[in-house]
Amino acid sequence: MTEKLQDDIGMSATPDAVSAVASLREKFGDQVLDSSQGMDCPVVVLAREAIAEACHYLKNEQAFEQMMDLCGVDLLEMPGWSSTDSPRFEVVYHLLSVSKNERLRLKVGVNERELVDSVTEVWSTANWFEREAFDMYGIIFNHHPDLRRLLTDYGFEGHPLRKDFPVTGRVEMFFDEAQWRCVYRPNEVQERVLVERTWPGVDRG
Amino acid sequence: MAEIKNYTLNFGPQHPAAHGVLRLVLELDGEVVEKADPHIGLLHRGTEKLFEYKTYLQNVPYFDRFDYVSMMANEHAYALGVEKMLGVEAPERAQYIRVMYAELTRILNHTMWLGAVALDIGAMTVFLYCFREREDIFDYYEEVSGARMHAAYFRPGGVSKDLPDGLLEKIKGFTERFPTYVDEYETLLTENRIWKQRNVDIATVDKEAALDWGFTGPMIRGSGVEWDLRKKQPYDVYDKMDFDIPVGVTGDCYDRYLVRVEEMRESNRIVRQCIDWLEKNEGPVKVEDYKLSNPRRAEMKADMEALIHHFKYFQEGFHVPKGEVYQAVEHPKGEFAVYIVSDGSNKPYRMKVRAPGFAHIEALDYMIRGHMIADVVAILGTQDIVFGEVDR
Repeated sequence: MTEKLQDDIGMSATPDAVSAVASLREKFGDQVLDSSQGMDCPVVVLAREAIAEACHYLKNEQAFEQMMDLCGVDLLEMPGWSSTDSPRFEVVYHLLSVSKNERLRLKVGVNERELVDSVTEVWSTANWFEREAFDMYGIIFNHHPDLRRLLTDYGFEGHPLRKDFPVTGRVEMFFDEAQWRCVYRPNEVQERVLVERTWPGVDRG
Repeated sequence: MAEIKNYTLNFGPQHPAAHGVLRLVLELDGEVVEKADPHIGLLHRGTEKLFEYKTYLQNVPYFDRFDYVSMMANEHAYALGVEKMLGVEAPERAQYIRVMYAELTRILNHTMWLGAVALDIGAMTVFLYCFREREDIFDYYEEVSGARMHAAYFRPGGVSKDLPDGLLEKIKGFTERFPTYVDEYETLLTENRIWKQRNVDIATVDKEAALDWGFTGPMIRGSGVEWDLRKKQPYDVYDKMDFDIPVGVTGDCYDRYLVRVEEMRESNRIVRQCIDWLEKNEGPVKVEDYKLSNPRRAEMKADMEALIHHFKYFQEGFHVPKGEVYQAVEHPKGEFAVYIVSDGSNKPYRMKVRAPGFAHIEALDYMIRGHMIADVVAILGTQDIVFGEVDR
């Protein structure tokens, strides 16, 4: 499939004029929870169960050959978010179609201790991106071949990009002369706020 | 018969050919690499966490420190992303300046890459030649921003200052000299027997695999896919520029070398076109809206409003409407992108940086299997890895 498309990349789009979002809606019905036109590309919110199948479909039928980015988002401090009506985390996928010159953003909501199916078998590159999301947010990817921590230190505890993780960290490392090695101890650094987070029109007195 | 066991070798994190801090656990069968497990994160600084605690303006200098050999290209993605969210466009002169500096940055990156890779493979001279040109470009960086490397020059809404007098002539002189310099590099390497032995047919990646592993930039073009965001999804004034996209054929290290060398020549062409325009046209270099840029110094001294704007701009920063945007640029290494999620305040709610090197080094295991241990440095080199962006 891709072989044919590759030869004329950028020259012609795929013959069907139906957009990827419309066909996704048609194929997955209720599992497409929401779709909209974002500032940069279409955005589709999918049910958690449908992600792997949808990605297979998008890659093989809709020519999204590349997964550019996968990341987690923690909605804990998002204004207007409440734990009762939406999951705490979002996994955001950015897909790119080299042959159609299109981008697409997929989103999946997930709570702590819930599993998202891995898309590593769809795009090999998803492997590390999922490891990073696991490392940073503790999102667990089902059927992932090798879900280890990626960026943090060996033996690190916690998930640093969660909103309830302090920016200063929980531990600090120092060199202990007596033991002649590096050891961790609880962090004593105080968190400082130099510039408050403000919203327009809010009078801060 | 002697029993043969696989041997595990720890490469790095302090190996001069590791291009920074990479710990690579190699499983060897004799001299052949069976498996490679890169352990990254030794340069992880938690920048994405820090972003959430800084205003949009305070975040600019952090971008220089991602890929610390192509500083302004990183800022470019961020500046464009924030502009898209604010719904503003930088003035035309600012766009030309940005394109000019983005292309100078590409030359900066590729000369660094060429020198370092040649050095890894054993050619010392190229390193010295390349650093000669890098110094020139650092001087141009310094003239506009005051810093040789970490410029913080591209700001959301334009660039921080207009070009100083006489700078364009200097850059023009450089662009006239530069093609002969590239010829010099090519004389040293392109037909060099050792260089070819080390690069031809090493780590061949076909189109399918390149797409699957999320390759971008020279890595995917080396594999024969004509994909360049400057042409396909143009930003700033790239659509007005006349340049070609070099594409490889076989997808081995040598093709990627040729692609990058050709890109230097193309970048040089773009820089010249920008100079021609900039010499003829004057204009503002940042948006005139003082909510989004700082007022002129002289104005500030006399006008109360301007003083307030100045204070607010640097203290509280500007508010970005609620929403999200994914902005990618054709970085010298590939697709560098920022995914910004805003909650409407003066600080980003979440900012994810998509680094091209991250996807490339992930494929290291795939590229390296079956190659000799001496090829590890050649393959690491061809990927153009910089750990500032991989680890973030």
